[in-house]
Amino acid sequence: MATAVHERVGVVDSGRRRRRAPAPAVLGLLPFGAYIAVFLALPTGIALASGFFTADGAMTLDNLSALADPVILSTFWNSIWLSFLTAIIGAVVGAALSYAMLGFPEGGRARAIVDAASGVLAQFGGVMLAFAFIATIGLQGVVTLLLRDAFGIDIFADGAWIYELPGLVLPYVYFQVPLMVITFLPALAGIKPQWMEATLTLGGTAGTFWRKVGIPVLAPSFLASFLLLVANAFSSYATAAALSSQGSSIVPLQIRTALTSETVLGRENVAGVLALGMIVIMALVMAAYALVQRRAARWQS
Amino acid sequence: MAVVNGSGVNQSGVSRAGANLSGANLSGANRSGVSGSGVSRSGIAPRPVTTWVILGVVGLVFLIPIVSMIEFTLRGADGGYDFRHWAALVDPANAGKYAPIWRGLQGSLVLSITTVAIVLFLLAPTMILVTLRFPALRRPLEFLCLLPLSIPAIVLVVGLSPIYLTIGRSVGTGVWTLAFAYGVTVLPYAYRAIQANLDAIDVRTLTEAARSLGAGWGSVLLKVLAPNLRVGLLSASLISVAVVLGEFTIASLLNRQNLQTALFIVNKQDPYVAVILALLALLFAFLLLLAIGRVGTAAALRRTTPKKDPT
Repeated sequence: MATAVHERVGVVDSGRRRRRAPAPAVLGLLPFGAYIAVFLALPTGIALASGFFTADGAMTLDNLSALADPVILSTFWNSIWLSFLTAIIGAVVGAALSYAMLGFPEGGRARAIVDAASGVLAQFGGVMLAFAFIATIGLQGVVTLLLRDAFGIDIFADGAWIYELPGLVLPYVYFQVPLMVITFLPALAGIKPQWMEATLTLGGTAGTFWRKVGIPVLAPSFLASFLLLVANAFSSYATAAALSSQGSSIVPLQIRTALTSETVLGRENVAGVLALGMIVIMALVMAAYALVQRRAARWQS
Repeated sequence: MAVVNGSGVNQSGVSRAGANLSGANLSGANRSGVSGSGVSRSGIAPRPVTTWVILGVVGLVFLIPIVSMIEFTLRGADGGYDFRHWAALVDPANAGKYAPIWRGLQGSLVLSITTVAIVLFLLAPTMILVTLRFPALRRPLEFLCLLPLSIPAIVLVVGLSPIYLTIGRSVGTGVWTLAFAYGVTVLPYAYRAIQANLDAIDVRTLTEAARSLGAGWGSVLLKVLAPNLRVGLLSASLISVAVVLGEFTIASLLNRQNLQTALFIVNKQDPYVAVILALLALLFAFLLLLAIGRVGTAAALRRTTPKKDPT
């Protein structure tokens, strides 16, 4: 059957353009291939390699010593704990929210609204999120003024931490929770009611079901979503950039400083070295994600 | 003959479409096609009171910043409330002050259109070609397209800045050139939306049927495949627009002006107007994503209807 069709196509082809040999289909892959080469492969390659060169273009390993610099090390440490802390909070709250969503029928209006809201808020990270939190817990923010006037609590008694590292935690959680809902809800919705029925038929309780079936089945999906949240926070730049226009408390901000000034800490090409460090950590997290996700996918069919 | 066979294969495509499309079109994130297929999940679902308590508490906490933004924009003199900041936005006297915003918005709209063009005329045809002629390349293509998820934009900027120096010298420093970088940023989202749709229709049979009836490759793409892929192409375009309108990192560090960098600049002179515009942008993005959800659900319903009532 398939060959018959192919023969027909062949006949039509030769009838239509007898002279012109058809261009090989591989040529059709060239435009996209060239685009990916120039705008994905090349920039990634430059970012990875530039740390290995001096300003004059000679190869060197000296720049890598920047990774051992105490200032750079503490920047990486800040980035890492900020990512893990906000990912843990985001994963737990997001999982609870996903569980609550099971109470609504799939494809219903409530699900559609929460889906859309999660999509918006997960993309919300950035300048606008920084504005939102300055309006909320900034020096003149609504919550700040409310706490000060109504309860006499000055949340900035120890300094304006909103513009420093601790100020990033709440805004980050704000985009982590919706991302958790987007990634974890499908896994949770994949739990089949029949598994619960089977547990009950065999004499178990709802508690046994969650302990022996539900949680073990969901654990890989939960871990995978958590890792995605870690990667998401680790690579986020815009929120922090908008909140603190000078500081360089986390790696992306340190890269900004390195890009906008010629030398940082008396070294060259620090941006390239920092980018290399970021890529290595991202690769580790995403490799773990791929590994866990493969296991999680077993139950999603 | 080929046509009869085509419709037969298409039926099986239809039944798959119901399972895939309902989940696959939303917000481009990791939604593998799991759907409850209408079975009662009373056993697993939380009690209504649990649902509402969790939803209420989390919802309230998440509303605080939004409400704060609204309160912030309504602040008047002497601690009162009025609409002066909203009125100032459309006051012609302030035209000069807010000019960067309109320029930035214009830049972002140009970038949206150019980025969508890259998705529709570069990514989509390549995906169709790979499906038809190079099935072995499907996994490598998927890997490539999802790769930008693991490369932080700030890292991409480090590598893009020398490239954009060259582009600036040869093509110019127009804001539209950023679309090349944005095409890469939206790649994972656009890929997922289009691939979900490609999986749901039988591209090969449709193509062979059209070709055997004498259609050229142009008509196959435009008159046969594009209409069948309209849901995937539409959600890929909408999600691309949403991502482009929110992009700050690349534009700011490559010194190009888009909506977000303009908001950042104007915020320093007039934080009220910046917050007003952020609210409006949020509302617009919410409506955009609600539309994506609608498109997906409507398509899934249309596709499952003939299955229930075969003629």
